[in-house]
Amino acid sequence: MINKSSRGVMTFSGGIHPVGDGKRLSSAAAVRRAPLLERYFVLLAENAGKPPVPVVKKGDKVAKYQLIAAADGFVSANLHAPTSGEVGGIVEVPGPMGVPSMAVEIISDGEDRGDAPLAPIPDWRGADPEVLKTRVREAGLVGMGGASFPTHVKLSPPPDKTVDTLILNGAECEPYLTADHRLMLETPERVVRGAAILAKILRVKRACIGVETNKADAIAALKMFGAEYGVEVITLRVRYPQGSEKQLINAITGRQVRSGGLPMDAGCVVQNVGTAAALADAVTEGIPLVERITTVTGEVVVSPGNFLLKIGTPAIEAVKLAGGVKSEPGKLIFGGPMMGFAQKSFRVPVAKNTSGILLLPARVAVNYASTGCIRCGRCVQGCPMHLMPCLLSTAVEADRFDLAAQNHVMDCMECGSCAYVCPDHRPLVQNIRRAKAELRRQAAAKK
Amino acid sequence: MENRNEAMRLPTGEHLVLSSSPHLSSGASLRKIMGGVLLALVPAICAAVWFFHWRALGVILYTAACCVAAEAIWCRFAGKPVFKTVSDGSAAVTGVLLALCLPAAIPLYVPPIGAILAIWLGKQVYGGLGNNPFNPALVARVGLLIALPAAMTTWTPSRGMTEPSYPERQMFVSGADAMTCATPLGVAGTTPKVLSGEGSRTNFAGLESPSLLWRCFLGDRAGCLGETSVPALILGFLILVALNLINWRVPVLFIGTVALISAAVHWFWPGVTPGVTFHVLNGGLFLGAVFMATDMVTSPITGLGCVVFAIGCGIVTSVIRIWGNYPEGVSFAILFMNALVPLIDRFCGIRPFGYVPERVRKGGDK
Repeated sequence: MINKSSRGVMTFSGGIHPVGDGKRLSSAAAVRRAPLLERYFVLLAENAGKPPVPVVKKGDKVAKYQLIAAADGFVSANLHAPTSGEVGGIVEVPGPMGVPSMAVEIISDGEDRGDAPLAPIPDWRGADPEVLKTRVREAGLVGMGGASFPTHVKLSPPPDKTVDTLILNGAECEPYLTADHRLMLETPERVVRGAAILAKILRVKRACIGVETNKADAIAALKMFGAEYGVEVITLRVRYPQGSEKQLINAITGRQVRSGGLPMDAGCVVQNVGTAAALADAVTEGIPLVERITTVTGEVVVSPGNFLLKIGTPAIEAVKLAGGVKSEPGKLIFGGPMMGFAQKSFRVPVAKNTSGILLLPARVAVNYASTGCIRCGRCVQGCPMHLMPCLLSTAVEADRFDLAAQNHVMDCMECGSCAYVCPDHRPLVQNIRRAKAELRRQAAAKK
Repeated sequence: MENRNEAMRLPTGEHLVLSSSPHLSSGASLRKIMGGVLLALVPAICAAVWFFHWRALGVILYTAACCVAAEAIWCRFAGKPVFKTVSDGSAAVTGVLLALCLPAAIPLYVPPIGAILAIWLGKQVYGGLGNNPFNPALVARVGLLIALPAAMTTWTPSRGMTEPSYPERQMFVSGADAMTCATPLGVAGTTPKVLSGEGSRTNFAGLESPSLLWRCFLGDRAGCLGETSVPALILGFLILVALNLINWRVPVLFIGTVALISAAVHWFWPGVTPGVTFHVLNGGLFLGAVFMATDMVTSPITGLGCVVFAIGCGIVTSVIRIWGNYPEGVSFAILFMNALVPLIDRFCGIRPFGYVPERVRKGGDK
């Protein structure tokens, strides 16, 4: 069942190969640390689950790394001050999900100083896994690949589930994004150390990092530390969505997560490489998560690159670092072009999961002007969940949500491969999203 | 640094478009697909012109123009956008395919009738491209074959057949200066079957002479314009596969099934039908298998469905050729299987990810 191609490169079945994936724009650009800004806007509702509760108020002086909002319940994550200064208030800013969000405004004092608030655990190999897991919560770690799911939740499997494999996701299958690539290439030791700490917390024997073949330099860099920390580096075929949890598990272990199940059901936990590196810092240096690498790119950007940005940096400041624009962009996307979110404003601040800030020219914006399905089957071949998007979409167009449900519409993970390949430019994944929302609404109404 | 900042252009964000992902497209379009199919048809068109002279090109262009005109007229009266529909190129593809299914000597009143059958009855009455259950070109071909059998089966000799040295020429051409002739499949169809005994082994000896089979392979034989030249059709097949426009298994399995059945029947009853090489090289098998059975709209969506469809086409073709009243069965076979596509799609669905048995899901490490 292992999906091994002839060259020993692993993959899943289905998916697409985006042509001209835009990675060359920024893949050679070494990570640059952003200069200190005057103001940061740290979003409160940035993690999946419950937003944390602010513990500072307007006028408070804060040190760098100081806790500014505390997790509210189990599925929630702490927030820390990205720099030292004064709290400008709890203000409303344009949020990355298209609606205004509350954020803690930090007015920098220009010092950027603060002591690591958490005690470093240099001897993490001998530490109690529970202590390490507490550190994950303290440091406010969330999935930095895009979902922003609090990391400690994924590290707490219920007693009836046995986890035997940790998989670090370094596939970075989204076109244009190179943040994880540069992270693995420039600081491979942090990533591998983070993997070893995660394996220790989960008490698993097997820990591996999956990386696509287009990042051969990063694979070589990781392999230099792999043996020392007992972490396997696995080469994956360049295929979208190779970095999707279920597809990654399938490619590496041959297992299939059951429909509606979690990776734990297949004995796996998947974490992003950025999260692992942040964990390594939190454990050995006691530093909470206050900055991340973000790719600022797109054909209209003057000098695309990868930048170490403090959480709360407005998008416009990131664009300034990349030299501004050659022409007015038609789209601003947080994340990658396949699953990222279009933004209406350059004031939206960077959050813990902002892997990319992508500026696309107006001409590439897809015009969904369908004349009718020609049954070419490309969406069926491309679907990594092995669904039939064309038929699902037709059912939705006829308001037959029951038919869509019968044909497993809820299993769709909305990767967008179907809409990407459709020669008739049908809004396939968009119709599927509509069906999923409608079916969820119906299920909620029944309760 | 100051200067650089002044020169830096920053986005205003005034023209930002909001839409849900994905924000990119592969760039594929209907027009590109139809253009690819037309490109793949070029070798067959060239072969038609070579073997049946310049009249062939006239017939092809004329028929294609008729189909485009029929599409435009329908759209005009049905209130559909005329230019947008015509410019997707599907009517032109249908027109060229229909022309390649016609004899070179087709009377000029036939292609307009064929165009109306193909575009109106074969496609637009169902709602246009994508909704038609049957291949429009084949609907027209079969309609014409039944309605105008004389016009559709009056064959003219190909380039080489006018030379006296053409192998077994007397089997196809009755007089020395005849303007019409027979196709090899037609001759095979009218040859009485010999079930057993003396003549069974030699019943089709003339049709199976290597020199004649070589001519059939090249395309130097009587037949429809585009069906005769196997090398040209194989080239078209390779173009279609290279452009990722067809599932390569369909033509391979279609032709393979015909080969298998004809070989088996010929092995047991050599006097009933000619052998495998003859069957594969003659009739519209390559044209149908490469260009008609692979039509996206009228073939199954899933890979398994396509396999079933292709094998079904091969079986029906062989049955009609060997035991039916018509000498050729490719068109009927494809139309018959077109009708079964909804059923095939229903029973050849794919298993979604995450529905495999527990055993595979848990212990897949081998």
